[in-house]
Amino acid sequence: MTRILPVLTILLALLLFWYAMAVHMNAPWQNTLNNRAGLENVPFMDFAQQAWAQDKPVLPAPHQVVSEIWNATIALDITSRRSLAYHGWITLSATLLGFAFGTMLGIVLAVAIIHNDASDRSLMPWIIASQTIPILAVAPMVVVGLGAVGLTGLVPKALISMYLSFFPVVVGMVKGLRSPEAIQLDLLRTYDASPVQVFWKLRWPAAMPFLFASMKVGIAISLIGAVVAELSNASGGGLGVRLLTGSYNGQTIQIWAALFIAAGLAAVLVAIVGGAEKWVNGRMGARA
Amino acid sequence: MRRDLSFFQLYLGLVAGGLALLGLLMSLPTFGNAPLLALFFALGGASLMRLLAPFSLWLDGLLAVLGAMGLLLALPVGQAMPLHHWLALIAAWAFAWLFVERLSAAIRAGSLPETGTGLVIPVTFGLALLVIWEVVTRGANVPPVLLPPPSAIGARLMAETNILWADFVQTFIKSVLPGYAIGCLAGLAVAILVDRSPFLKAGIMPIGNFMSALPIIGIAPIMVMWFGFDWQSKAAVVVAMTFFPMLVNTVAGLNAASAIERDLMRTYAANYWQTLMKLRLPAAGPFIFNALKINSTLALIGAIVAEFFGTPVVGMGFRISTGVGRLAIDLVWAEIAVAAVAGSAFYGVIALIERGVTFWHPSVRGGRA
Amino acid sequence: MSVVQAMDLGLTFPAGDGDVVALKDVNLTIGKGEFVSFIGPSGCGKTTFLRAIADLEKPTSGTLSVNGQTPEEARRARAYGYVFQAAALYPWRTIEKNVALPLEIMGYGQAQQHERVRATLELVNLTGFEKKYPWQLSGGMQQRASIARALSFDADLLLMDEPFGALDEIVRDHLNSELLKLWDRTGKTICFVTHSIPEAVYLSTRIVVMSPRPGRVTDVIESTLPRERPLDIRETPEFLEIAARVRDGLRAGHSYEEEHV
Repeated sequence: MTRILPVLTILLALLLFWYAMAVHMNAPWQNTLNNRAGLENVPFMDFAQQAWAQDKPVLPAPHQVVSEIWNATIALDITSRRSLAYHGWITLSATLLGFAFGTMLGIVLAVAIIHNDASDRSLMPWIIASQTIPILAVAPMVVVGLGAVGLTGLVPKALISMYLSFFPVVVGMVKGLRSPEAIQLDLLRTYDASPVQVFWKLRWPAAMPFLFASMKVGIAISLIGAVVAELSNASGGGLGVRLLTGSYNGQTIQIWAALFIAAGLAAVLVAIVGGAEKWVNGRMGARA
Repeated sequence: MRRDLSFFQLYLGLVAGGLALLGLLMSLPTFGNAPLLALFFALGGASLMRLLAPFSLWLDGLLAVLGAMGLLLALPVGQAMPLHHWLALIAAWAFAWLFVERLSAAIRAGSLPETGTGLVIPVTFGLALLVIWEVVTRGANVPPVLLPPPSAIGARLMAETNILWADFVQTFIKSVLPGYAIGCLAGLAVAILVDRSPFLKAGIMPIGNFMSALPIIGIAPIMVMWFGFDWQSKAAVVVAMTFFPMLVNTVAGLNAASAIERDLMRTYAANYWQTLMKLRLPAAGPFIFNALKINSTLALIGAIVAEFFGTPVVGMGFRISTGVGRLAIDLVWAEIAVAAVAGSAFYGVIALIERGVTFWHPSVRGGRA
Repeated sequence: MSVVQAMDLGLTFPAGDGDVVALKDVNLTIGKGEFVSFIGPSGCGKTTFLRAIADLEKPTSGTLSVNGQTPEEARRARAYGYVFQAAALYPWRTIEKNVALPLEIMGYGQAQQHERVRATLELVNLTGFEKKYPWQLSGGMQQRASIARALSFDADLLLMDEPFGALDEIVRDHLNSELLKLWDRTGKTICFVTHSIPEAVYLSTRIVVMSPRPGRVTDVIESTLPRERPLDIRETPEFLEIAARVRDGLRAGHSYEEEHV
């Protein structure tokens, strides 16, 4: 409870600031409109109402965004090309597919790395270096390149997501699988445990906290990867496409709505991973 | 028999030597066309002698290099590679793997020093990847739209230095650096301000953590509308992307000083600013550098992706999106190579500064960053 | 004049399930130049009492004065040096810079800082280690450096909270005899918290025995040992007699505890 009040206060302050900025940023255009209409000396509250109700505002008011989200999800047929739920589903499926593959690839690589000196020494430096590379920039090219050989739709986007999400998983899992201390490994050595037993009885459980921390990062950037990958294929649909068409047509409300849906998706996905983490921790007997 | 090779290494050696021998037989009809490759096949086949007389791991490395050179020189133009070239590729790759296996085993056993030789392994891996990429794309006639060979990318890199430099200046110097500096400084400043009020801190931290996980990159079209097509809008995206990681990390870092260390400052009756400057900011150093490193990657991504939404006719993101549209894929790859080098160099510089500034932290003292 | 004077001192920590009485009705006067040890099982309030003197905790009843001032005034006047359980040296500062830390905060000039750092490092036998970083020194040397840091601004009162608790016995013996010599040379007043009976008897002119729940003073034992104390004084009958008295005092507090558990 002690955390909710401060968060709400700040959110409220942000909301008020947003409304104020909406008036400020939409004012020039509203003035032009009012001049054309011959309106003069509009009272401030009326002027604010006008500024919050423009068609293509520079900054839409929060309630405009909320009503756009409502109209484009609940109020619209789910199969409609204008439904944000439809576009959100396209993005979500690419995200989840890519994330699943990325996590598996990451775990497999991490297992190979900790069990083999040569792959540790040859792979690890490149994996770390590749994190410093703006890999997202490759996204449109991969989509177009795969499209040229007939691979379109979900898979190219999922590949981008996979590519982005496997990095944190490899790095986290290598750290996690190596996290058991020498004394714990020595204990299993005294039992003459096989490498497979050491893996399942010690390394794997010890790596769980690291895995979940990496998966939280991984799922967030999976979503980013899917959205950016969509930018290069305007016909495919998805939240990225809504951002792009919105920006071409100056439909600011549409951009903000797509952005909020994406943010909501990210929040829900991270929360689901967090929930799974809590559940596994509970099963493993960790406190809280 | 001497057991200087593990079972797996022996297996690799047999595969490599056997394939070379097979390749030698298959290349007999066209003998003399590719002398270097033939030499590789012969020597590779001869390497099966290791069963009787073991030889140095460096000879395996040499064999791998020889195979790669022979293959690259013998690459056909405009037609698919004959089968025995593929055998050569697999054999050379197996020799390289064996070399790396034996080298890392030698380093582990302590018969070779870690420094220097430790670097050979990742370099070998990188070169092997490049060679395979080159041979496969050209040998199998992979359409350049899908994946151009590295040599074509390199040629484009050399030919278009002017364009690439102009793009680099537009994206990196004009958008990334100012945006990065403003975003990081703003995050730092807000963190220090917020830190004085537990109420604000309790409110900002969950929001900051939440924002760090969001696809902030999506505000790019909005920023382009607000700040125009030029670098200002890209810098604005970079500011928004770098702000939250810095805020969250700095706030966490300012809490990193232990209770004893703070009590110590209290026994000296030190004031707020003395405690901040002499204890809490230095203790937050590792956290701040962590954010600086995360942000160095985010900043470049933000600027490039923001350019997809509209730019003047220059910039790395612009070149990538238009290059993809015109199917000038080798230029796109050249641009990506520049971005990769710029990104790693940016990260590397910050990591170096980190080593200098937070030399005292266990993670730096231990030798691994 | 008394350096520390506590009258009916009480300190209660509010807690979710009933308050914790850390100190109750503590009456104690510590004179100039004394070496007073506080001993007792954990939870007896010995560290809390030291922290109250240092104004790191606020008493909830009674009065406490340090050098005739309130603890806060004394802290602002930089009346004491405090040595914690851990050395708590800043890893980004050299030993020299760590010892100079309080001097920087208190606004000493460069030349004076330099001179005092040199003198105090000599006092704790760390000359030659000025440019080292804390993590390059052993645990015993780190704790010596933290003592030097507490001595550097030459406060008359030294508060030490189990400073040698984390060290092994051989190092601890050595530092104990060095601390005695240092006390003899500087004439400072020292309050020393410990849970080791031999350490308390060996070091102190007076031993304050405390017991928990609520934290209070159960016995105050005057030491009859001479000021000059070689390490083997610990085998003399006199020493053993004082140690036995301390043990009896602790046991009395302990039985009290058992009745109430």
